[in-house]
Amino acid sequence: MQAEMPLKRTALFEIHQRAGARLVDFGCWEMPVQYDSIVEEHLNVRRSVGIFDISHMGEVTVNGPGAKDFLNRVLTNDISKLFPGQGQYTIMCNEQGGAIDDLYAYRTAAQDYLLVINASRIDDDMAWLESQLESAGGADVTMKNESDTLSAVAIQGPNSPPLLDLLFPGPSIVETFADRPSDLQKNDLGTFLFGSSEIRVSRTGYTGEDGFELIAPNELIVPLWEKALAMGADFGLKPIGLGARDTLRTEMCYPLYGHELNTDTTPIEAGIGFFVALDKGNFNGRDTLASQKADGPGRKLAAFKMTGKSAPPRPHYAVHADGKKIGETTSGTVSPSMNVGIGLAHVPAEYAKVEQEIEIEIRNRRYPAVVVRKPIYKKLA
Amino acid sequence: MSSEIPAELKFAKSHEWLRLDGEVGTVGISDHAQQELTDIVFVELPEVGATFGAGDEIATVESVKTASPIYTPVGGEVIEVNTALEDNPAKVNDEPYEGGWFFKLRLSNASEADALLDAGQYKAQIGS
Repeated sequence: MQAEMPLKRTALFEIHQRAGARLVDFGCWEMPVQYDSIVEEHLNVRRSVGIFDISHMGEVTVNGPGAKDFLNRVLTNDISKLFPGQGQYTIMCNEQGGAIDDLYAYRTAAQDYLLVINASRIDDDMAWLESQLESAGGADVTMKNESDTLSAVAIQGPNSPPLLDLLFPGPSIVETFADRPSDLQKNDLGTFLFGSSEIRVSRTGYTGEDGFELIAPNELIVPLWEKALAMGADFGLKPIGLGARDTLRTEMCYPLYGHELNTDTTPIEAGIGFFVALDKGNFNGRDTLASQKADGPGRKLAAFKMTGKSAPPRPHYAVHADGKKIGETTSGTVSPSMNVGIGLAHVPAEYAKVEQEIEIEIRNRRYPAVVVRKPIYKKLA
Repeated sequence: MSSEIPAELKFAKSHEWLRLDGEVGTVGISDHAQQELTDIVFVELPEVGATFGAGDEIATVESVKTASPIYTPVGGEVIEVNTALEDNPAKVNDEPYEGGWFFKLRLSNASEADALLDAGQYKAQIGS
């Protein structure tokens, strides 16, 4: 048995506590799951704007003349396509193509990169990256885990651009040319002044809404959060917990590491082959990923919706079709936007086609569901 | 958040309430419990005619985040379930002691109700 580790807390912990948040153990972190109601918080992000503490996420800087080539060997997307001030979603795979982590990679300067990785994967990612760097003979790369000194918040929702412009009234001073945060294009990264402090802002998120993610040194995150909430009142800004973060991403079918992705699941099987650049030369897992892309994977990640009155689906429920068990759900919840049970499931490829009828087993009862197109939720234009 | 605890009801430590009317008991979950669960989206009710012992798992209430078992505070035969919850499970949040009731039982042993907490004891338990 491992000794019980005390839960880690972000710099915003006391703020969450004072706001009456319900705090839960989330991958060794004591994080707010909800401040009020998950449904209300979810809808607040879809309708106006919400702020999330995502300080638990990890940050790793990778610098040096060899950084680009090194990262292109360990990540699936083509990092050579990034100009300074641009980022991309990418996957770090083992030699068999299994996902060690999914992450965002930003190019912050000519030879400098910033990786934003999952909280639960920081130790494994660092161990893997260090072993990869060692086997590459150092490769003129300096790598640093900055996770303990950096905090982050996400500001997401249709009202986020004007709020960001108020919060950061000046132009980006490093990386991207942008007069204001709302000039950032999707996946762009800029550095804006907050008072006299530099804060990195990217136009990214995990909700399906327009939004931004802000990375700042730990000591700046509390004033940043408080100022955002004060300025955001007129825009409907509310703090949002991890509960709504999960329902928002599930509606969009964004994978959550440990659910849709793990070391035995490839990005092709998880339906994110778009972020695997086979044309960039060799990289970890390429052989498996190339053959899966060419022949189609044996199993796929299907999105589904319950079709009748049903208990909500949850992770690890059995999926049936044709009178037999065909797979298991990886995520499931009630969609607050559509008020229907939704989820994702790993199933054999032949059962992953849209309109395929399946059944979800919930406490020994089977409820009908249907495979639907991703994303499950689509914003009305 | 303060929660309502009607004086005439009996409570189980696991947050179910019991309203006795002769040998028929109506069961639901407390205001405190619904506040803790928030956003109730589904209630799975027992079959009418089924019998349960005191403390048996008899129903399931699901919030957006989790599924929680409901235990019957007393034993007996289920004589009615609140089918209105099938279409409107949020009634449990809105009116936990009225429209949000779960099921009615014919008690097999009325003395089981004596072992439950009264409103004051329940209030002390939840520290409200």
